[in-house]
Amino acid sequence: MDIENGSQEGCSVIAGLTISGLTLTRGERTLFRGLDLGLTAGDAIALTGANGAGKTSLLRAIAGFLRPESGTVAFSDADANAIEASEARAHEVHMLGHLDGLKGGRVAREELMFQSQWLGRSHDGIDDAIEILRLKPLLDLEVRKLSAGQRRRLALARLIGSPRALWLLDEPLSPLDSGWREVVGAMMARHLAAGGLIVAAVHDPLPIPTRGFDLGARS
Amino acid sequence: MSAVGVLFRRELALAWGGGGGPLLACGFFACLTTVVPLAAGGDPAVLKPVAAGIAWLALALSSLLSLERLFERDLEDGALDLLATGPVPLEVVFAVKALSQWLATGLPLALTAPIAALALGQSIELAPLTAVSALVGGLGFAFTGALGAALALGARRGGLLIAVVVLPLFIPPVVFGSGALDRAAAGISPMSALALLAAYVLFAVVIAPPAGAAAIRSAQG
Repeated sequence: MDIENGSQEGCSVIAGLTISGLTLTRGERTLFRGLDLGLTAGDAIALTGANGAGKTSLLRAIAGFLRPESGTVAFSDADANAIEASEARAHEVHMLGHLDGLKGGRVAREELMFQSQWLGRSHDGIDDAIEILRLKPLLDLEVRKLSAGQRRRLALARLIGSPRALWLLDEPLSPLDSGWREVVGAMMARHLAAGGLIVAAVHDPLPIPTRGFDLGARS
Repeated sequence: MSAVGVLFRRELALAWGGGGGPLLACGFFACLTTVVPLAAGGDPAVLKPVAAGIAWLALALSSLLSLERLFERDLEDGALDLLATGPVPLEVVFAVKALSQWLATGLPLALTAPIAALALGQSIELAPLTAVSALVGGLGFAFTGALGAALALGARRGGLLIAVVVLPLFIPPVVFGSGALDRAAAGISPMSALALLAAYVLFAVVIAPPAGAAAIRSAQG
């Protein structure tokens, strides 16, 4: 998987993510204050912390869904030029939360095609995704008939089906058994080797070398 | 195929299928227009003058039916996050969803409306005008309705909230639409009322997407 070639026109590939002085609040509660975090191409960060410490909120803030109380999230390309955040999020960011966006009543193949095409498919990314995640036997089933693990594999397929540099993953491994965890680990390793970036909120360690970042206890 | 095309195809498939599609809207519409003669008495002299008004009221109510699932389901299953990280702005996503809502309920309703109006005693010459005005008005219903659905996102019992927010906004098209039919029935040109209806629809089509996109963003935060 070559991110340089697969990337879409109109937006340069993200090669750096810089979070500085980020303060996030949910309602009355301050999740964290003045958080600094930096990633460059090939970096993977494993966010840890107690339930409610703000892992998901941090991912959603990077994806642009949550407006921070203060601080900034900045994206840059390989030459360290800034990329406008809205552009980066529209073309270069994958957000995969515990809600996967799959429609229960639709056939798996339709959903896979939609998710990958909507986010910008690569030439043969979808075939790769079907092969790596062994989705072929699932493609003609309705999404609601899939098990939690199968459903997660289908959702993960869009990471390969549509090449985007920054992966924001919320508990990506939770419904998967150990065999599939290794497959997803290999996917991540390939992505990093191709210059991608990963921020993942996890409870169990990821099967790849990562930098840990602990958000601590529930504030 | 472009991202917008891909999204449009999916939204149309979701709006057509999966329960509460065009059949439900048209069935509800037919029920409403059947109940009125039963409640008000079947005297053609009573029904004929109000046929246009009843048809438009039923159109407005039938357009409310599937609004609740327009954004709520996407919020619940995470699809809204996926749509928000796509290559086109949320305003365009909103417009695509409203347009598919129009094609999946407004269009079938516009085809059903002349039949129902006919059954209420409206003269057959008015059938084409009934269909055209219902089609144009339906576009306005779809965009203002989608705005109401976006505003009600995340609220408990959102469906009821949508009806309360949206029905007052449906008053102008109901007035202009049934007014056009009344004028035509009286032998006056309906163009002035149709122009007002079209003006309302244009206004809705322009205003609803940015407002709806803002509502969706705040529901995601």
